[in-house]
Amino acid sequence: MAKTLFEKIWDDHVIYQEEEGPVLLYVDRHYIHEVTSPQAFEGLRLAKRRVRRPDLTFATMDHNVPTTSRLIPVSDQLAALQMAALEKNCAEYGITLFSLSSPYNGIVHVIGPELGLTLPGLTIVCGDSHTSTHGAFGSIAFGIGTSEVEHVLATQCIWVEKPKLMEVVVEGSLQRGVTAKDLALSIIKKIGAGGGTGYAIEYRGETVKGLTMDERMTLCNLSIEAGARCGLIAPDEKTINYLRGRKYAPKDSAFEEAAEYWRTLKTDQGAVFDKTVKIDASPIAPQVTWGTTPAMVTDVTGVVPHPDEFEDPVERKAVERALQYMGLKPGTPITEIKVDRVFIGSCTNGRLSDLEAAAKVVKGRKVAPGVRAMVVPGSQMVKREAEERGLAKIFKEAGFEWRESGCSMCLGMNQDILAPGERCASTSNRNFEGRQGPGGRTHLVSPIMAAAAAIAGRFVDVREWSFE
Amino acid sequence: MIHPFKTFTGLVAPLDKDNVDTDQIIPKQFLKLIERKGFGNYLFFNWRFDERGEPRSDFILNQQKYKKASILVSRANFGCGSSREHAVWALLDYGIKTVIAESFADIFYNNAYKNGLLLITLKPEEVDEIIRKATENTLYLTVNLEEQKVLEQNGAEYRFEIPKFIKERLLAGLDEIGNTLKHESKISEYESRMKRMRPWAIPAKPTKKAPQSS
Repeated sequence: MAKTLFEKIWDDHVIYQEEEGPVLLYVDRHYIHEVTSPQAFEGLRLAKRRVRRPDLTFATMDHNVPTTSRLIPVSDQLAALQMAALEKNCAEYGITLFSLSSPYNGIVHVIGPELGLTLPGLTIVCGDSHTSTHGAFGSIAFGIGTSEVEHVLATQCIWVEKPKLMEVVVEGSLQRGVTAKDLALSIIKKIGAGGGTGYAIEYRGETVKGLTMDERMTLCNLSIEAGARCGLIAPDEKTINYLRGRKYAPKDSAFEEAAEYWRTLKTDQGAVFDKTVKIDASPIAPQVTWGTTPAMVTDVTGVVPHPDEFEDPVERKAVERALQYMGLKPGTPITEIKVDRVFIGSCTNGRLSDLEAAAKVVKGRKVAPGVRAMVVPGSQMVKREAEERGLAKIFKEAGFEWRESGCSMCLGMNQDILAPGERCASTSNRNFEGRQGPGGRTHLVSPIMAAAAAIAGRFVDVREWSFE
Repeated sequence: MIHPFKTFTGLVAPLDKDNVDTDQIIPKQFLKLIERKGFGNYLFFNWRFDERGEPRSDFILNQQKYKKASILVSRANFGCGSSREHAVWALLDYGIKTVIAESFADIFYNNAYKNGLLLITLKPEEVDEIIRKATENTLYLTVNLEEQKVLEQNGAEYRFEIPKFIKERLLAGLDEIGNTLKHESKISEYESRMKRMRPWAIPAKPTKKAPQSS
């Protein structure tokens, strides 16, 4: 029977199927971090349970780490306590931890692939909704809650109901200046912030094949913003070449054997999806969100919508509330919206190629007066490499702050937050109320759009700029 | 270990919005606690309290009428966004035992039942009706999970669907890990099969070579 990519991996990991309901699925990789794991370890301890497979569990600190110098102690006492708890838990249960002092520390969804821990054909879970990122390698990867973290620690399995399957088929070339972020935001706009709920999304089509691994990660990362817990892309030679030689990836002949298997991981001709969405990439413009869900987004050439344009009364009210929160008037051209802050980073857009692209826009230019702009690399490895390649210098010379890695202003758990009313062009993934700080106003954009906004002091259509 | 879910009658508070995300249910500044309790004080913090920490009179749970609510009714995609289970802990700790909505986000849905919070999905027109009644009057509903019914005192009745396994687990209040460990031999079998079939899936011994990021 013809199978989808998702079904091939799924079937391979089912341990036990209840008559009606969920399956017990084996977990190949369990990533943990300081914020959603402490209560899970506490639960284990109370029940006197062990960690079943510490060798398949990897930990990092990312959510509340400061992005200022690592040589000074963490000033936030509660954050420090959480990090200390992770350190203690990992030591006690024999789990590899990439702590603040590790050269491999970084955002969990950046370091997993970087270290070759994320591989095609695996099941991967983490107590973080953006775990969908790892699906870019052709794995089933999804976010879980803390009770599930505890369950996976204790059993290396998870009870999960098989989701429905949606294919998003993208054809056509992305224009110069239009990125995977813009593609993802247009998909979210099309299917809605809850349109993917209950589904796993496989991204397919020539455009998706043409994306780099970093771009595929951006696309899969944002699946959850459409409600889909999991997004994935069939592995190909790009995937295999990306992984070859990575720290924890299989070595030599083991790698080649694995690669042979990975090449078989694709949806068969005639396999059936529950839903199909087709996207033409060629007309997509750079996207800018104007509201408080990622689906409230429009072209940079567009204007802030009027609530009256929305027929559904609940939606209309939501738009009214969003515009009030965002301090925006209907009809305002997007390019007239001024920004106070710019954030380049996060598990969505904090990889080396994101910083490279942004640096090209920034090179030889200056951050606009009154704008505070910040680059937070996705990992310490990204940071080092960006420094070696001269990107850090370009950003600093233009007036950007150059920070240590972490989730930082994407969710504002550390000191990197917006003041009430401040408006930010951000390469992160959520523009929810207060996400980047109470009262803060977030506009989601691509790294090159954020870079251009930093220089111009307002949103601009980056397609009109020269950068190479 | 969760407590078995029992039939109860509770006051309904309407939260008339789509896409209530977990960042609103429990803002990030409260995720630094390392225990499961005490989150109720911070439920909907930025909606409940202003910059000075004073209650915002326009927020539903601050209105005298709804102070004792134990049932929340909202619209589509409730609980979207971050996977933080703290959102469920905050609702329960505050005293919310059931959330009724048109739809729920996937991760939130799982987090909820694992802690004994019952989520009830009703049709948009039923949600409309409940929101209207709870807004215009004081509405009490009886939630009966066994019979999959929500009942109004005057007789109005809403039937709901719920996956059988979730219903069973909520009613029994099972220890899920304990339950899974009953399948221990199957897990071990799978692991030895996996070691043979997919040896590469076990992380390799790390190489010492210089780190790379791209």
